[in-house]
Amino acid sequence: MTSDGPFTTLLRLGRLPTAKKSAQHGMYHVLAILVCLIMYAPIHLVVVNSLKDRTEARSMSIERPATLYLENYSTVIKQANLEQAFFNSVLYSSSATLLATILASMAAYVMSRNKTRLNQFLYFFIIMGIAMPFNFFTLSKVMQMTHLINTQIGIIILYAATQLPFNTFLIYGFVESLPRELDEAAIVDGAGPLRLFFGVIFPLLTPVLVTAALLSFLQVWNDFIFPLYYLNDSSKWPMPLAVYNFFGQFESSWNLVSADIVLTVLPVIAVYLLGQRFIVSGMTAGSVKG
Amino acid sequence: MLHNKVYPFYFTLGTLILYIVFFVIPAVMGLGYAFTDWNRYSTDVNYVGLENFSVLLSSSDNYIFYARNTFVFTFTTIVLKTVLGLLFALLLHNGIRRLRSLYRLIIFLPAVLPMVVVGIIFRSVLNPRRGLLNEFLQAVGLGAWTQQWLTDPHVALLSIMGVDTWKGAGYIMVILLAGLQTIPVEYYEAAQIDGANAFARLRHLTIPLLMPALVVSTVLSILHGLKIFDVVYVLTNGGPGYSTEVLYTAIFKEFSKGRYGIGTALSSLLFFVMVFIGYFVIRLMEQGRTND
Repeated sequence: MTSDGPFTTLLRLGRLPTAKKSAQHGMYHVLAILVCLIMYAPIHLVVVNSLKDRTEARSMSIERPATLYLENYSTVIKQANLEQAFFNSVLYSSSATLLATILASMAAYVMSRNKTRLNQFLYFFIIMGIAMPFNFFTLSKVMQMTHLINTQIGIIILYAATQLPFNTFLIYGFVESLPRELDEAAIVDGAGPLRLFFGVIFPLLTPVLVTAALLSFLQVWNDFIFPLYYLNDSSKWPMPLAVYNFFGQFESSWNLVSADIVLTVLPVIAVYLLGQRFIVSGMTAGSVKG
Repeated sequence: MLHNKVYPFYFTLGTLILYIVFFVIPAVMGLGYAFTDWNRYSTDVNYVGLENFSVLLSSSDNYIFYARNTFVFTFTTIVLKTVLGLLFALLLHNGIRRLRSLYRLIIFLPAVLPMVVVGIIFRSVLNPRRGLLNEFLQAVGLGAWTQQWLTDPHVALLSIMGVDTWKGAGYIMVILLAGLQTIPVEYYEAAQIDGANAFARLRHLTIPLLMPALVVSTVLSILHGLKIFDVVYVLTNGGPGYSTEVLYTAIFKEFSKGRYGIGTALSSLLFFVMVFIGYFVIRLMEQGRTND
């Protein structure tokens, strides 16, 4: 009861008569439902119109389809080269996430455990990347010099780099909560640094690693700027860029565009629903105490 | 040192190398190239002094106007998102117990969608003839409010700010909800006994105690706003005319035109602004974490 904030407390103190209390509660729910409707309506619009035929979807109205038109999905998968784009997205997101999570956890662990002046400086230096904007011009020069431009491996490494500062920030904080006695016990047992880290510490980092991995995965999946700049071969495009291109070609076929959007967003929504708790805690990490 | 054996430096190397190659080297190179006529069409790069910067500041090249748009966008969306995010957070935190996490789930949903997809969806919603928004306005008797949302130069930037707010308000709400949960209920009970009304409690208790969360949410919104690109690119691509052009859409156009010197000068200016702001964000985030 007491954890419910000022208003419930106020009610509990008996200042308001009961009838008014439940009316007020009802009003709050009405407000909340209204807000949810505004947030959900545009998404609903897309889902509904992905199931209409071309003429019916032209008006992009929120009404239910007269007959379900599931063919849109198979048409889109064929015409938009979605299988390729989906494969690319999975490849980029999972590889970059894996790389960024492992590298950041190793760095964050050492910098947090061994707080020399150098390490403290490096930590701040790296997490400054949270704010640092990319210089797309000179970055393209770097990508050319390293022969990473227009390659899938290049985009994966670039994406991994983009995720490192925030992941390092997240994991660093978590490492501080792990007792040092663990390290000491492992050393006494004769473990070297690699076995200590991957055998003992890494599994204990699981909660924060899940958060970091989910956030990285979503960000890489949703991005479309880097492929726009550095991938000119459409067979290497990830889903968001493929969708944008498809939209450019089929602007008048809202049924197909809608189906394309639904297929692009499904993985994101699935990840969100499954990892909601971790995503929210990751997004608020650092902004509030405790 | 024993420490260096147990916690070897090579553990940080992977992160450090990628960070230096992709963040630091391009930034430093940018500082050099900002003073050159580097472009896609000639192989030699010449030093031109401050010429790029004078182009950026000249009135005929509109960059001041793009910067103005970027700042208007950033400031307005911060105000909108913070006010709405705070209202949503207070509503869920104070008024609702049952279904609270379901509401939070739905209100936060737009924040996880790809910006491009949001842009395409709103191209339809904001369509003047058959878009959901104008149809809705007509249906509820507000026909006079219908607009050419994306093609009227006086309205287009407002529409883009509205879309960004739709996407981001839930994000701010989640940060503020987490902040609200750290305020002890006893404070409110004490204020209650002292006779403070709801507004006084909000002003003198909730807002001050929520400050750390509000500051961080605001600064994150600043960084987001200054870097805004995808939503503008998809909704209007800077048009009609230049009415919605922002710095990052202008940078992309310079890139497409191959005018690398100017683009690099612009990027370098932004770099200093954002690193300056970023320094404070990071200080604040670190404080938020160590003060408990």
